[in-house]
Amino acid sequence: MNKCVERLYNGLIKENPTFVLTLGMCPTLAVTTSAINGIGMGLSSTVVLVMSNLMISLLRKVIPDGVRMPAFIVIVASFVTMVQFLMQGFLPSLYESLGIYIPLIVVNCIILGRAEAYASKNPVVPSIFDGLGMGLGFTCAITILGAVRELLGAGTILGTGSSALADLTEFGYTPASIFILAPGAFFVLAFCIAVMNKIKKKHGMKPAQVPDYCGGKDGGCASCSNTMCGGRSIANAQNKTEA
Amino acid sequence: MNLLIIAVAAALVNNVVLSQFLGLCPFLGVSKRINTAAGMGGAVIGVITISSAICSLIYDFILTPLDLTYLNTIVFIVVIAALVQFVEMLLKKTSPSLYEALGVYLPLITTNCAVLGIALTNVQNSYNFIESVVSGFGTAVGFTIAIVIMAGIRERNEFNDVPESFQGMPIVLLTAGLMSIAFFGFSGIL
Repeated sequence: MNKCVERLYNGLIKENPTFVLTLGMCPTLAVTTSAINGIGMGLSSTVVLVMSNLMISLLRKVIPDGVRMPAFIVIVASFVTMVQFLMQGFLPSLYESLGIYIPLIVVNCIILGRAEAYASKNPVVPSIFDGLGMGLGFTCAITILGAVRELLGAGTILGTGSSALADLTEFGYTPASIFILAPGAFFVLAFCIAVMNKIKKKHGMKPAQVPDYCGGKDGGCASCSNTMCGGRSIANAQNKTEA
Repeated sequence: MNLLIIAVAAALVNNVVLSQFLGLCPFLGVSKRINTAAGMGGAVIGVITISSAICSLIYDFILTPLDLTYLNTIVFIVVIAALVQFVEMLLKKTSPSLYEALGVYLPLITTNCAVLGIALTNVQNSYNFIESVVSGFGTAVGFTIAIVIMAGIRERNEFNDVPESFQGMPIVLLTAGLMSIAFFGFSGIL
């Protein structure tokens, strides 16, 4: 059981996919216009992550090494399609607002990265907890981003379009709508990572680096073992030419 | 005229990186030097144009007649992964110099969410074959413009005195944010 708790801690804090590894940036920036969207995206990714980790871990001795990437992709894509239909059926408004980013969960680096780095080498139960930890870490991170952007850009807390938990505009706050537009996503994430860097520096840890394909041997995408993401293959090619 | 509007909208107004947030991994990861950024851009233009053509054909002539359109995500990602492999092998055999220049970027492109994103957007907008190809090409050109500008700014940025907490990722994201504001200016031209 200890191993499972350790996996959860690892995903939520130590290797938080968004703030520490800076993986899966596309949905992180695109859907975080409100906290609700962040939760929706995070939880649907978590479901896909847990299910695909479970499936891949079960099949880890059956899938031949040479075709493992295509096999993983097909497994992930099947679960994403299922989640897409479930959302379309039961949560149509969330489905509308997340739009194309639901099918794009397939190419989220985090999911294939965990499949390759953990689920394909470990037993079923720890793999499930690994998926759960990573998924919840991702959910927390994008919910925080969504909440900040929503507060600054629309002046609401946990708003759902028609109703909200609290509405600052009633107290005379003028929303700065740039924060729910595209540039705001970049700014808010930049400041979040800067704050994390400051905290990390206090504890003597390395700050978040730009995942650098062209020379990176550690940190970010380059250390992610997801060869489909390509960061790894670039780093490998680079190391080969240097050696 | 309609095609021109699709191309301009895809390249500038709805810039794939700066307003739709697709393909951010290579945008942040391969933008350190202008020449590598341009190489990545070239590879992306090739792959996205071909993949939007093939995905459009598969959707129109295989998935729609068989009533299997709900499988589009699975089919498209497999097609794209296979296509990238194929292009890589073809380049290696036929044009070693081009392979030398673009080869390392090709595996990166498969999970570039822009490729799958464009294939899905084309289907959503119910574009026909020609429109899909034009929109794919326009999007890829938009990606190239953004990544080359970004690389140019980052080359200059190296000599600047950035506050310690903002070094690395945060300053790159802030740069992208400012570029994104600039690209908002294009929304008036349509």
